[in-house]
Amino acid sequence: MREVSISIWFFVGISLLVNGALILGAGVWEVIRPPENPPVLFHLHAGVWWGALLFAFGVFYSIYFAPRRKS
Amino acid sequence: MSALAVMLVAKLVHLAPVDLAIIVFYFVLVLAIGWYLRGISKTGEDFFLAGREMTAWVAGLSFLSANLGALELMGWAAASYQYGILAIHWYWIGAIPAMIFLGIVMMPFYYISKTHSVPGYLKLRFGESSRALSAICFAFMTVLMSGINMYAMALVMKVVLGWDIHFSIWVSSLTVAIYVALGGLRSAIFNEVLQFVLIWAGAMLIPILGLVEAGGWGPLKARIAQNASAEYTHVWSPLASFASNPMGIHWTGIVLGLGFVISFGYWTTDFLVVQRVLAAKDLRSAKMAPIIGAAFKMLVPFIVILPGLLGLALLPMKLTGETAAVASGGHSYNEVLPLMLARYCGPGLLGLGITALIAGFMSGMAGNVSAFTTVWTYDIYRALMKKNASDEHYVKMGRWTTILGVLISVGTAYLVMSFASIMDYVQALFSFFIAPLFGTVVLGMLWKRATGPGGFWGLLAGTLSSIGMWMWVKMDPAALRFVALSPHAKDMAENMYRALWSWIVCVVVTVLVSYMTQPKPESELTGLVYGATDIPHEGAIALYARPAFWAVIVGIGFVVLNIIFW
Repeated sequence: MREVSISIWFFVGISLLVNGALILGAGVWEVIRPPENPPVLFHLHAGVWWGALLFAFGVFYSIYFAPRRKS
Repeated sequence: MSALAVMLVAKLVHLAPVDLAIIVFYFVLVLAIGWYLRGISKTGEDFFLAGREMTAWVAGLSFLSANLGALELMGWAAASYQYGILAIHWYWIGAIPAMIFLGIVMMPFYYISKTHSVPGYLKLRFGESSRALSAICFAFMTVLMSGINMYAMALVMKVVLGWDIHFSIWVSSLTVAIYVALGGLRSAIFNEVLQFVLIWAGAMLIPILGLVEAGGWGPLKARIAQNASAEYTHVWSPLASFASNPMGIHWTGIVLGLGFVISFGYWTTDFLVVQRVLAAKDLRSAKMAPIIGAAFKMLVPFIVILPGLLGLALLPMKLTGETAAVASGGHSYNEVLPLMLARYCGPGLLGLGITALIAGFMSGMAGNVSAFTTVWTYDIYRALMKKNASDEHYVKMGRWTTILGVLISVGTAYLVMSFASIMDYVQALFSFFIAPLFGTVVLGMLWKRATGPGGFWGLLAGTLSSIGMWMWVKMDPAALRFVALSPHAKDMAENMYRALWSWIVCVVVTVLVSYMTQPKPESELTGLVYGATDIPHEGAIALYARPAFWAVIVGIGFVVLNIIFW
C-alpha cells in the first residue's frame, strides 16, 4: 500500500501561496490604477497587506511541509 | 440611499478575472486532493474511517469544519442581523460545554468500542432495532441537511455572481461527489482542513474592516441601539422574559433546550461531526480533537455573528425576510454576509471571500455525504440487506452511495427552495431526531441498567413526540403556549422547548421500559458503559499534553466571554 507522503499542511500552504500572490498582485495594481467605484475603506489597501500576509504564510507552509521521499 | 443600494448591487454581480482565477484554483485544488488520495482509500477502514490515523489537530479542525457549512456562515450572519448577538448562544453555550463533554466523557466509549458510527454504537449497546431506527432517521436528516447546504450555496452564487441557481447546485455537488467518492473520509477530512483555513482567510477581513469603519465595539453598539435596540448587543440580560428579546425566548429555553439537549445531542451524537473524531489515530488524539474544535468554535462568531451586527449598523438598506425581499426586490437577511463582503472587498479579496463561502458550503456538504455513505453502507445495507459480503464490496458500495447521496441531496435542494426560513427548518429537524438520540446514547453510556428494549422504545417515543408537537403547532398555532410555554415564542424558541420535551419523553420511556425488562449481564457491557469499562490511563505525560487540562482552559475562556458580553 502506498504511504501518504504529502501532508495536508502542504496543500494548505500551496493554497495560501497562490491566493496570496494573486491578491497581492491585484492589490498593488489597484494602488497604481485606483478603480472608479472603490469599496469602502479603499484607502487602507487591504488587498496589499492581506495578500502579503497570506503569501508569507503560504511560503512557510509550502517549504516546511514540502513532500519528502521516505527512506 | 437608493443610489448606494444600486451601487452595491452592481458590485455584487461583478467579478474580476483575478477573482475567477482564485475560485477556479480552489476547485482544481480540491479535486487534485481527491485524485491524489484515490489510491490510498482501498479498504473499508481507509474509506470510511480515514485509516484511523488523523492527528488531534487534523481531526479537531475537520470536526469543526464539517459544521462550518452554509448554515454557519450565511444562516447565523442572517440570524445575528435579525435577532442581534443572541445568535452567539449557538456558538458558546450551544456548543462549548457539549464539545468538552464529548472529548472528556463520551469519546472513550466511542473509541474503545471500535464502532464505525453512532448507530453502530447503539447496535453494540442496545441491539439491532435501535441501530436501524437511528440509522434510518440519520440518513434521512443527512440528505436533507446536504440539500440545504446546496440551496444556500446556490443562493449566494445567484446574489453575488448572478450565476444560475441550477448551475451552482450541479457544479458544487458534482465536485463534492467526485472528491469524496475518490478518497472517502480521508479526502473529505483533508479538504475540510483546507476549507477551514480558507474560510478564516476569506472571511476575517469583514469584521476587521467593519470594526475600523464603525470606530470600534463601543460606537458599533451605539449604532445598533439607534438602528434596532440596545438589547441586540447583550447575550444574557435580555433573556429574563419571553417578550424582552427579539427571539422571544426565555433563558431556560437557551440553557436547557439549546445548551443542554440540542447542543449535546448535536455535538455528541450527530455522526456527521463524531465521524471526524473517530478517525483520530489514538484515544488521546480523539479526546483532544473536540477540545481543539471547541477553542476555535468560540472564535467563529468573530467571522459570522459580528458581520451580521456590522450589517445592522452600517448597511444603507434595511434587510427583510425572504418573502418580503422577493416581493419588494430588496435584500433578505440571508444576504447580509455577501453584502458585507462586497462592501469592503476589491478584486482578489472578493474572490477569496466567495471562495470562503463556497468552501464552507462544500465542507458541510462533504461532511453530510461522507457520514451518509458510512451509515448507509454499514448500518443499513450491511445490517439489513447484505451481511457477509467482502470488504471490497462495501468500499465499492460506499463509492456508489456517495454519488447517489449527492443526487438525493440535489433533489432535496430543490424542495428546500420553497421554505422561507432555512435556519428554523433545520432547527426543527434537529429536534425531531437529535434530541431523543442524545437521551438514548447518554443513558446507554452512563447507566448500566438501561436495556435494549428501553433504548429502542425511548428513542422511538422521543422522536414521535417531537414530530407530534411540531404538527400540533402547525395545525393549531395557539398550541405554542403549551409547547414553548409562551404565546410570544418565535420558531427558534419553539424548537428549543420541543427538543427539551422530546428528550424528557425519551429518557422517561427508556427508564420505565428498562425497569420492566431484563438487563444485559455486566460482562457484555465492557467497553460500552461507564462503570463497566476500564478507561486506559494516559500515563506519565506533561500537564499541557493532557486533554483535561485544555478542557479546563477552554471552559474558563467560555465563562469569561459570557461575562464580558452579558
